[in-house]
Formats: sequence, structure tokens, C-alpha cells
Amino acid sequence: MNVIDLSWWQLALTALLIIALAACTFLAHLGVGKSLLIAAARTAIQLTLVGLVLEALFSVGSLHWVALMGIGMLLLAGREVVARQKYNLRGGWSFGIGTLSMFISAFAVTVLTLVAVISPDPWYTPQYAIPLLGMLLGNTMTGVALSLDRLTESAKRSRNIIENRLMLGETAQQAIGEFRRDAMRAGLTPIINAMAAAGIVSLPGMMTGQILAGTSPALAVKYQILIMFTIAAGTGFGTFVAVTLCARRLFDGRERLRLDRLTR
Amino acid sequence: MAEPAEPNLTSLALNNLSIGNLENIDLDVGAGEIVCLSGTSGSGKSRLLRAIADLDLHSGTVRLGAIGQSDMPGHRWRSKVMLVPAESAWWHDTVGEHFPERSQEPLQQLGLEAGAFGWPVSRLSSGEKQRLALIRALLRRPAALLLDEPTANLDKDSTERVETWLRDNIRQQQLPTLWVAHHEDQIARVADRHVHIVDTGIEEQAMTP
Repeated sequence: MNVIDLSWWQLALTALLIIALAACTFLAHLGVGKSLLIAAARTAIQLTLVGLVLEALFSVGSLHWVALMGIGMLLLAGREVVARQKYNLRGGWSFGIGTLSMFISAFAVTVLTLVAVISPDPWYTPQYAIPLLGMLLGNTMTGVALSLDRLTESAKRSRNIIENRLMLGETAQQAIGEFRRDAMRAGLTPIINAMAAAGIVSLPGMMTGQILAGTSPALAVKYQILIMFTIAAGTGFGTFVAVTLCARRLFDGRERLRLDRLTR
Repeated sequence: MAEPAEPNLTSLALNNLSIGNLENIDLDVGAGEIVCLSGTSGSGKSRLLRAIADLDLHSGTVRLGAIGQSDMPGHRWRSKVMLVPAESAWWHDTVGEHFPERSQEPLQQLGLEAGAFGWPVSRLSSGEKQRLALIRALLRRPAALLLDEPTANLDKDSTERVETWLRDNIRQQQLPTLWVAHHEDQIARVADRHVHIVDTGIEEQAMTP
């Protein structure tokens, strides 16, 4: 492959652009200069560290280490879901529901794609497994976080509607049904929009990266389509599981709405 | 063989019920009986009704005839022991979608226009909402009624219509009814018995004839 190597001083040139931007935001009193620089520094440091970890992982290539990495990524994604909520379920339930739903959907879709579609040898070859899982987890995380946030917030805001429906003898799931559907739509909308706009508005990041790294556009496109479909499936099923579990947890065995289980 | 419709002879019985600052409430409401409940604001009237409808955590038992609250799922209990809140919620676009059947008779009896089922919910006044919420609840054929200030948003004329309509339905269907009321004159018009919340309990009040 004819990949043009990048050296550190070349990256430093693009870092100068960031510093110039920070200077401009400072002059314009936008108040984001500091967080811009910190974020840029985090990108550089975090990606460098991940690069080192992946280099090491690729050279070892054993199932244990790949699985350990996957679980680490999953737990971090679960923590990120919790951090993005306005209201969380008490007692670690938000973390549990988020992590479980991502485990069920993102892990299952990744393994299925590795074994049945790409079929590298062995199936857990880290060059394929880790980026695929990362893409899936990242997007599933967004869907799960958005949908849970929407569900808990509408339960809080529309308490009088849900309880009035309960008073009229509806079951808990009937009473919250409309808000459940809203929450699922909120989780699925970003990936539907991304699929609809793919290639027209923007070239997806992964495909761009592959093309820059020397892959032929036709092959890069195939991989991109694969990624889009698996992301949609992972996000969709993850959202379903998360919303279903959370909607159950918002009620108790007597079908009472239990907003006391939510905490800020 | 068709038998004459048996009047519903179930009573509503609270036993040792505690919720919020109310403790060990005992109260029997007979079939077709209206018991008015009064108390200062914040004394826990609405929470007591919510406990009876099993919407809030509480201790003690509530029985409808021979059936206890926990003998059936929450939604089945609430479809029998129906709470009509002071502020009703409306979630569909039009009024009619909230009703199990669109019978004109109660609309007429409560002084509402015949076309009310076709109205968008956004145009309802608070008084119309209150009357429609009562119809919505009664049309579901509950076995007991919990009314939280059912005439709070109504003028004098509508208040009397609603009182008459509720009393007729309660007598006819023999519904045990707990009715939260503020005004002495309303209590005198509708109540068979009157209990007042004092501190953490309830006290039976003498009815002025």
C-alpha cells in the first residue's frame, strides 16, 4: 500500500492551526479558548495512548487480551451513558441498563459480523475486532444515552398524564407507551439521518480514513456500508432493550410510577 | 334465566392505613354511601386518596368488598377503585379519544355542548375539563369512587348539576364514595357522613340536617 507516512512535525503544523483558532476565540471573548486547547491536547494524548495499546494488542493478538479490551471499552461506554443523563435511576440501574443493552446489541452484532461476514482468521483478529466494536459501541452509546434521557425526562415532566392514565385503570406499559415510543425514536433518529445523508453531505470518517490510507474507494465503500448497517442494527436493538428495561424500572410491582427512583 | 340486576353491595374499607403524616386510618364506606373528607390544605387528603387507589407507597390494607388491594394487579384495582384527581390530564388531540364510549347523555346532564367529543383538548376550560374528567371516569364503570374536589373549578350552577349527577350515579350504581370537599354547604348537600382530618387521624363530624 502506498501510504504516505506522517511525521510528528507535520502533525505539529496542524496543531498550529488549533493554536491560531484559540487565539482568535480569545480575542473575540468567546470564552472557549481554554477548553478548546484542553480538548485538543486530550485528543492527542488519548489517541496516542490508544495507538500504543493497539500496537501492543495487535502484536499479541490473543483472545484474552482482545476480550479484556472489549470489556474495558464497554464499561467506559456505560459510564458515558450515565454521564449524559439529566436524571439517572438510583442504585446504579442506569449504568446497569446502559451497559447490559450495549453488551447485548453491540457485542452480539460485532461477533456476528466478525464470524459470519468478514471472517478473518482467527475471528477475533484485533485489527478487525477492536475498530468494529469501537464504532458499534460509540454509536450504540449515543442511541442508548439519548433514548434513556428522553424517557426519564418525559416521565418526570409528564407525571400527571402517566398517573391520570393509571387512575383510569391502564397498565403501566399502556400509561407510558407513548413516551416509550418517543424515546425509541429519539435513539434511532441520528443513525437514520446519518444513513440517509451518507456520501451526499459528507464522506463518512471511516471511509475517508481508509481512502487516505490507500484502500481503493470501491472497497472502502463496501466497508462503510457494512459499518452503517451494523451500527443501525446495534443502535436499534440496544435502544429497544434499554428503553424497555428502563420503562419497567420506572414502575414497581403494583404498577405505581416511582419517580423517587430517579436522581439528578 | 335472566335475573334482575343485583345492586352492587360492596363497601370500601380502610384498615390501619398510614401514608405521609396520616397514621392508622380506619374507615368504612358503605355501598352507595358518600363520605365527605375535609381538612386543611396540606393535611394529606389527596395523598390518602392516592393510597387508596394504590398510587403511592403506604402501609395498612384497603378492601373492596371481600377483595384486598394486593389480591389483584395494580391496574385492575384502579379500574375498580377509581380516583378522579382535582386537575385532570388530557393527552390525545381531541376530547373524544379519551372516552371508552361517546354517550351524549352525561354531556347534556352536566351542561356541556353536544359536540364536545369532537373538540381539540387545547380549547377546554378548566371547568369543562373537570366535568369531562368525571364522565370519563364514570363511563369506565368503576366499583368505588374517590373524588378529589370534583367541583373546585365550577361556578354555582355547574356545581349543583355535578352534585346531582354524581349523587344519582352513586346511588344507582351503589358506589362507595369518598369525596374531598371544602365547603360546609356542599358537604351538607351531598354527604351521608363527614370525616375531618385532625393531626394524624380522622374524626367523624356531626352532620347538620
